Amino acid sequence: MKPTREELLDAYRVMKTIREFEERVHLEFAAGEIPGFVHLYAGEEASAAGVCAHLARPDYIASTHRGHGHCIAKGVDVHGMMAELFGRSTGLCGGKGGSMHVADLELGMMGANGIVGGGPPLAAGAALVAKRAGKGNVAVAFVGDGGSNQGTTFESLNLAKVWNLPVVFVVEDNGYAEATSSTWSIGAESNAERARGFGLHAVRIDGDDFFAVYEAAGEAIQRARDGGGPSLVDCQLNRYYGHFEGDAQTYRGPDEVKKLRADHDCIARFSSRVLETGELAESELAAIDQDALKLIEDAVTAAKSAAKPAAEELLTDVYVSY
Amino acid sequence: MARRLSFQQAINEALDQEMARDESVILMGEDVAGGQGAEGEMDAWGGVLGVTKGLYAKHGDRVMDTPISESAFVGAAIGAAASGLRPVVELMFNDFMGVCFDQIFNQAAKFRYMFGGKAETPVVIRTMIGAGFRGAAQHSQTLYSIFTHIPGLKCVVPSTPYDAKGLLIEAIRDNDPVVFFEHKKLYPLEGEVPEELYTIPFGEAEIVREGEDVTIITLAEMVHESIKAAETLAENGVECEVIDLRTTSPLDEETLLDCVAATGRVVVVDEANPRCSIATDISALIAQHAFGALKAPIQMVTAPHTPVPFADNLEDLYKPGAEKIASAVREVLEYQTWEATASKN
Repeated sequence: MKPTREELLDAYRVMKTIREFEERVHLEFAAGEIPGFVHLYAGEEASAAGVCAHLARPDYIASTHRGHGHCIAKGVDVHGMMAELFGRSTGLCGGKGGSMHVADLELGMMGANGIVGGGPPLAAGAALVAKRAGKGNVAVAFVGDGGSNQGTTFESLNLAKVWNLPVVFVVEDNGYAEATSSTWSIGAESNAERARGFGLHAVRIDGDDFFAVYEAAGEAIQRARDGGGPSLVDCQLNRYYGHFEGDAQTYRGPDEVKKLRADHDCIARFSSRVLETGELAESELAAIDQDALKLIEDAVTAAKSAAKPAAEELLTDVYVSY
Repeated sequence: MARRLSFQQAINEALDQEMARDESVILMGEDVAGGQGAEGEMDAWGGVLGVTKGLYAKHGDRVMDTPISESAFVGAAIGAAASGLRPVVELMFNDFMGVCFDQIFNQAAKFRYMFGGKAETPVVIRTMIGAGFRGAAQHSQTLYSIFTHIPGLKCVVPSTPYDAKGLLIEAIRDNDPVVFFEHKKLYPLEGEVPEELYTIPFGEAEIVREGEDVTIITLAEMVHESIKAAETLAENGVECEVIDLRTTSPLDEETLLDCVAATGRVVVVDEANPRCSIATDISALIAQHAFGALKAPIQMVTAPHTPVPFADNLEDLYKPGAEKIASAVREVLEYQTWEATASKN
């Protein structure tokens, strides 16, 4: 399975937009401009981009604490996301959700999730809707290595198999659940092995390699579209920041992140490969770099100048009718 | 003569008629059909007490058996509701909320608000409440107050076959998550139920018995115990008004306060445990908004603050009933203020 030139351009744009979004959010949070808890996806971009490259608008994804990348890859409006993180009325959720709850159901994005392991049952439900509709749509549940240890995930793997649901579980094992190593917290050899125990097709891949993700996710998603049931893709990847912004990360080795950025960066690997093969030109990448920077700059400027939600918004949106 | 159905049949009919009316209504839960994958007959159970029996034959694979994995299938119902279907999911006993509560209160209840009003989650969670079956501590609880506490959930607690049908249809058509509590002792109770589809709006309590001396505020099976108490008291010339809340969220505060203003004497009857309950909530509401109308302290008739015991004599002691309600009414009637007592002496 080989990505087309258009797909490569899209993937680069997605990865670059995520990276610039997260790097900027890191700075804005440190400057005290963004309230609350923020969990950054920088370093993991190949996963969101490689998976969502195969998804269409009516396909659903459920996400995690670390959801900004999934949103951007699913096509969610970056201005709306940034404004949401700033808690502004122009945010995707009117400022009432924040980083952990950015969502756009019209685009099939069922929300980042403040509960570890909250997403898999929801994705199973969306997959049930897709199965009943019979139009070949699918759902993807992104789960972290932390969420992979939750009972909701195990139950959903089994339910997906029992109901033969068109769902793909993508485990993003970035090495740490909060401050605990996944090599310690996952008792089995890997999540791929665990998923095989549930009767799912499962592969463990280098999640820093866009092309590996693209291929594995493509196969799994096609299987789901064809009625072949659920699969799991176990992505080994890396996060560049802490569990949350402000995390001193004293649990990580000295220079660990520095080395990862130098040797394992998923965007650098992507760029050098497509330039080497001549699939994309340097000028094309540079143009996307500029676009991404400008988009983020504009989004931050707009978010900062937007109004906070009106006081009466406190009491709306609990029910559709009262 | 008007047609009579049991509480159980009324629920079955509401599900059946709504599934026939709307393709997007599906049913899921543990053994809601029963027999899946086994050698014997399909639709072997129709739910653990047979409430959904026969729906599989009529609606086929829209009646979905599940593994015993409440987090996954209640969560899947919520996910399906957020993406286009109108699932009715059965959480067999409300005691089992412990194994799936996150999906209900952190996911379903929050979507609309935290997504800025853009999400709809039209899911109904049907679940059984109540003691009286010798079901012991983990199959007999009455936990509607826990769900009522959560903004974003609507809580429905019917007491008659007529209300069960009308409120369940309303619940299925509602675009918010609704938790529908069925008292298992009420299943055989018969009453008039029209064949046609009808809805009963949420947030409208019903005055099921008129009376000017004392207002009894109650819900679920306790409605019938309260009526029984009222009838006994009427033999001695005491007339009790009985209010059936029907929904705890939304709560019909207006009717409650109007009634209290008229009688000035209140007994709240709730089968649940007493702390942080519907009984305490209503008492607080009345103390806050109708203090001036009260002629006596509010009395609460509830279970004790214990788990539900197994032994029959203990369970009978645990559960509030007509006698305890009648004595609470007498206490409220006989209450005299300290000043009144002093002036008599």
